[in-house]
Amino acid sequence: PFVPQTHSLQDLRQQAAVAAKVFIQRDYTNGTLCQFQTKFPSELETRIDKQQFEETVRTLNNLYAEAEKLGSQSYIEGCLACLTAYTIFLCMETHYEKVLKKIAKYIQEQNDKVYAPRGLLLTDPIERGLRVIEITIFEDRSLTQ
Amino acid sequence: MKNCDYQQIDPKVVPTYASPSHIGTRGPRRVRRKWEVFPGKNRFYCGGRIMMAQQSGVLPLTLGLILVTTGLFFIFDCPFLVKHLSSCVPVIGAVLFVFVFITLLQTSFSDPGILPRATLEEAANVERQIDSSGNSSYRPPPRTKEVLINQQMVKLKYCFTCKMFRPPRTSHCSLCDNCVERFDHHCPWVGNCVGKRNYRFFYTFIVSLSFLTSFIFGCVSTHLAMRAQGGRGLVFALQESPGSAVELVICFFSVWSILGLSGFHTYLVASNMTTNEDIKGSWSGKSGDVATNPFSHRNVFVNCCSVLCAPLPPSLIDRRGILPVEEESAQMCHADIQLPANKNQRNMCSQGTKGLLESAALSPLLSTSCPQGKAQAALLGPERHSAADSEPSLQFSKGCRAQHSAGSQGNTSSTRHTHHKSHSKKHKQAALNISNPTCPDSAPSSKDGGHRRATFTQPLETSLCDGR
Repeated sequence: PFVPQTHSLQDLRQQAAVAAKVFIQRDYTNGTLCQFQTKFPSELETRIDKQQFEETVRTLNNLYAEAEKLGSQSYIEGCLACLTAYTIFLCMETHYEKVLKKIAKYIQEQNDKVYAPRGLLLTDPIERGLRVIEITIFEDRSLTQ
Repeated sequence: MKNCDYQQIDPKVVPTYASPSHIGTRGPRRVRRKWEVFPGKNRFYCGGRIMMAQQSGVLPLTLGLILVTTGLFFIFDCPFLVKHLSSCVPVIGAVLFVFVFITLLQTSFSDPGILPRATLEEAANVERQIDSSGNSSYRPPPRTKEVLINQQMVKLKYCFTCKMFRPPRTSHCSLCDNCVERFDHHCPWVGNCVGKRNYRFFYTFIVSLSFLTSFIFGCVSTHLAMRAQGGRGLVFALQESPGSAVELVICFFSVWSILGLSGFHTYLVASNMTTNEDIKGSWSGKSGDVATNPFSHRNVFVNCCSVLCAPLPPSLIDRRGILPVEEESAQMCHADIQLPANKNQRNMCSQGTKGLLESAALSPLLSTSCPQGKAQAALLGPERHSAADSEPSLQFSKGCRAQHSAGSQGNTSSTRHTHHKSHSKKHKQAALNISNPTCPDSAPSSKDGGHRRATFTQPLETSLCDGR
């Protein structure tokens, strides 16, 4: 059912046909930390400029690094959790989850501002098991509202 | 060119998506959650909040032993010791017991770090990349990828079941049929895999269990010694307090193995290794290089902190997420059907076969039903169901196209890891012999059928499991 433009992303999903999907893979050069490759995929060359894309991926990488950071705060959290036999995980939101929310917001914002007007859509990596950043390329109609 | 019975996903068959979904061809249905269509061999309770391996292993036995021993301790030993020794004995016992019990349940019921299987587009994308870069000579492409991690080459293997290149330190547990991150081992005592997310629970469990068993053992010995004072003899003491005899036997046999296990895992934590890597000798310098673990921080304290105190990663499988109606073949879907001889681009479903498949879709391995407008349908036809189900001419109605991806039971099942460093309780051997298959395929040499009775007398004695 067609809903008049309440949200441009929904319209994208409902109206446009998907031309292709690009997958940005994980970058393991620093170990098992969640980082994504910043290599610019060729399919996006006509749609978005390299700078913008790299900045998005780099910001995401920084956010994920923050989520997994081993700092004094995480140590305190870990020790406290251990002392309570990890029951605080049932009540409290972990540091990682807090950052994941930040990431979701960032992706939403990037989609709204940068990617949707260009007919692209970023999928939050958490929905793909933190394996890939999935970028959906929609057919090039004039989608700018 | 194809390896075993793995067949390639045909990129042409990956759909270009059709027009918007026409939801509403089905009537209102109850909300389905993602755990209901989870492709691995796991069991879910409490609406997906609790998850375990399919076979509970000897978890009931573990629980039973702990409860019985602690119960007998409180009934038989505590009254005497409170009177004659100190009243903090039951307090300490209670605290330890609570720790043990809670961490055991957490280890058993939480997600060990399962990686959700690749979506169809991802899998097709990977296939394309393998084919384009690999050599299409007479041998099948090797299905491994090398990456440089901290200046060391690490091989990533392709998982045929989950259709993706496994991240480093990830392994596929064949008992649970899942790829688990930072896979340590599959523990039948706990009835679950031990991986990235629940390793700290497991470690706390075995450490507190060591303390508990040592404590009970000490208390029982003290109790019996005090009763036997004055020349009355041990037999008299045992007669007065029969429960203590049971406790003594249980604790005596378990304290060594559990202490050994704790010591071993402390070593693993300090060097940031997993049991899996230790057994396989992944970092022991096969090519003659100096043995290095690229994930170790080279500092014992930092290693311990990073393993035990790092932020707890979230569960990636989103068990309680609601299954979207248009995308019922979403990431949980595991396309595991045989590729038809002639790839049909636009198969239309027929209600008959769909009904057949849905009735066959009762096992957790099978996928979801046919989505509406989104042109993705995936069938699951695992071999144990009739092969007739996965006939190429399967068709789906409502505009879906059959996704064809390989039937991939030729998985690299070399990682059937179980907790072979099991406790050597004599009376448990019978239970062990009837429990899960426990032989790791990369099997240590000196099993002699007795790896299940692996006494773990010294902490670092891995000679029993010497896969090197």
